[in-house]
Amino acid sequence: MIDFFTFVREQSDKLLDQTITHISLTFISLLLALLIGVPLGILIAGRPRLASGVLGVAGVLQTVPSVALLGFLIPLLGIGVGPALVALFLYALLPIIRNTYVGIQEVSPAVRDAARGIGMTDRQILFSVELPLALPVLFAGIRTATVINVGVATLAAYVAAGGLGEFIFGGIALSNVNMILAGAIPAALLAVGFDLGLARLQRLPARRLRVGALVFVGLLPLLSGFYLLPSRSDKLVAGFAHEFYGRADGYPGLQQTYGLQIAPRLIDQNLMYEAIHRKQVDIISGYSTDGRIKAYDLVVLDDDRHAFPPYDAAPVVRQATLRRHPELEAVLNQLAGRLPDSVMTTLNYRADYRHESPESIARDFLKQNGLWKTPKPGDRSATIVLGSKVFTEQYILAEMYRQLIEGQTGLRVATRTGLGGTQICFDALRTGALDFYPEYTGTGLLVILQPPAAALRQLPMQSDSVYAFVKTGFAKQFDLTWLKPLGFGNSYCLMMRREQARALGIQTISDLVRYLQTS
Amino acid sequence: MIEVRNVTRQYGDQLVVNDVSFTVAKGETMVLLGTSGSGKTTTVRMINRMIDPSSGSIVVNGVDVRQQDGPTLRRSIGYVIQDAGLFPHYTVAENVATVPKLLGWDAADIRERTRELTDRLRLPPDVLNRYPAELSGGQRQRVGLARALAARPPVVLMDEPFGALDPFTRRHVRRELFGLNELRETTVVLVTHDVSEALELADRIVLMDQGRIVQMGRPDELLQRPANDFVREFLDEKPHRLL
Repeated sequence: MIDFFTFVREQSDKLLDQTITHISLTFISLLLALLIGVPLGILIAGRPRLASGVLGVAGVLQTVPSVALLGFLIPLLGIGVGPALVALFLYALLPIIRNTYVGIQEVSPAVRDAARGIGMTDRQILFSVELPLALPVLFAGIRTATVINVGVATLAAYVAAGGLGEFIFGGIALSNVNMILAGAIPAALLAVGFDLGLARLQRLPARRLRVGALVFVGLLPLLSGFYLLPSRSDKLVAGFAHEFYGRADGYPGLQQTYGLQIAPRLIDQNLMYEAIHRKQVDIISGYSTDGRIKAYDLVVLDDDRHAFPPYDAAPVVRQATLRRHPELEAVLNQLAGRLPDSVMTTLNYRADYRHESPESIARDFLKQNGLWKTPKPGDRSATIVLGSKVFTEQYILAEMYRQLIEGQTGLRVATRTGLGGTQICFDALRTGALDFYPEYTGTGLLVILQPPAAALRQLPMQSDSVYAFVKTGFAKQFDLTWLKPLGFGNSYCLMMRREQARALGIQTISDLVRYLQTS
Repeated sequence: MIEVRNVTRQYGDQLVVNDVSFTVAKGETMVLLGTSGSGKTTTVRMINRMIDPSSGSIVVNGVDVRQQDGPTLRRSIGYVIQDAGLFPHYTVAENVATVPKLLGWDAADIRERTRELTDRLRLPPDVLNRYPAELSGGQRQRVGLARALAARPPVVLMDEPFGALDPFTRRHVRRELFGLNELRETTVVLVTHDVSEALELADRIVLMDQGRIVQMGRPDELLQRPANDFVREFLDEKPHRLL
């Protein structure tokens, strides 16, 4: 609990900013829904057939799951405020149209008849009689729409539109309960607060309700206007994944090492690539061997001051296994250094975008490098169990090792691919359920060894020093051996579109920072 | 004051009002009497163009009603309906002031007229700032009448104005209202199915059945010289003698 308050205090700027964005998103969309929904409700009030059509369509929109709706809107509107507002607008529409319609329908026929009979025009009947009498019902609709929108607006963080969802999704990505609560509690308070406030307004006696409604409608653009406050405009727009934004070795590390100052838009991991491709953002965070780097023609900025810990891949093997099969080490090391970033990225691209099987990708690669041999026939009694994590490059690596071992030794290989996470792989390795799997030095350091902060500060965040550190640590603590690195590192990185980076002369993160600072 | 000439109103194949003609003199109270479905409400609603006739013509104050647009015409004709049809979101004062406001009277005149009417209709002065829901049925009906009379219309149309009141209150309110000078000078067309109400209030009665006028005349004429059995039975059968 104390942690929570500390977190809120430390992040109060961000929290305020997100809350304001959240309120703005809620009310801009509400305002749009009122502008469209009320006239539509009035229009269908006297036309039952049109009414069932319009209410039907609005009702169907209401049932579309919000994530699906956003997913549907992204190809049309890209990312950012656009799709978020449209989604919120569509959700607010039904309660507004329906309640305007119902409110007007419920005006007693005698009152309407009297209004006409004493000489009011249709317009006067609408504005002086029907709408004021429909107001409490309409207000109930506004209330519903507001509460729905406060809830749905959390999803705006998926598409880089900001709001309290940034903390919620960031917190989920980082398993940081305080961060989740820092987003969820204010969102809940907003919903409850607006609900109570509007309920109060709704219960006002007729005349004051009219005044209240006017005040409310007058306030709407103001509440919405927060969003339009001039925010610092960067020359380049960054879109970061929530996890990257929050993790100590992600954006905070960049700020510390390079003094990078940029107001990033937070966005779902998988939408990031789409966003940079459509030029809605210029810089994104990612992993350096992602196949999409090639697919979208991106360039990875060189981390020249080593802000990101290296995540160099290398096989981690049980020492007992190496003692039992001494020939194994040399075979596994045949891949050492043969897979630089660019090569691994291409292989990932072939799997993800050309849908080639890991098996054929691995065979092609081994053949090209003269490492492929036809397995010798014979009795294979001893078995090596090989594991992999659950993403593309690990599947490819597992396949390479299998073909390599079976081609060059008399061992049989059993693969256990798709193991959920680092902890599962590591535990399986320690207990002997696996003989080896490819791991990353940064993960070994930060997830497994978890050295004290002081030791970490003294360790230079460079490939060889981190490799040496984990090699020693794993040998000493766990009887596990790190064989030679494969050559690529799947570390955090910043990337840009190739042509833009070239045009601006940006190759390294230092270049980027320098470019942003010169005005 | 009001001339209804050969007026017919048709809905599809159905003749709701069939060739109806009558005139109402200035200051006269004409009662349209009949069972429900006799066409009396449709007839009265054609006078202020709430409904337009299929054929025939209606002249009010020397002017054919079709020469004016509906709202303008209706502002010059008072209109009272069952249970008053008061605006629930307006106070009594605002309800009464509706037509003068539509006509663009200035605020002082409206205030003066409202006070005058509440006085004459014997409404307690504190009622002005209350909402219709807070009034009794009889009070509501009086406010409804005050609203209809506010702009001093020469003609007032009333459609079952006392229909929602219990018999005792009905008689009471009715006597009281029709005792007013305010109404005596006004031409009134009143629709009712209540024979005793018709006999009590009418200068003349138009008795209607199935869209046609069966007989027209002073109450005593209808009572003493009914045109046919229908008239005799209609006037006889009604429980006015029980009252």
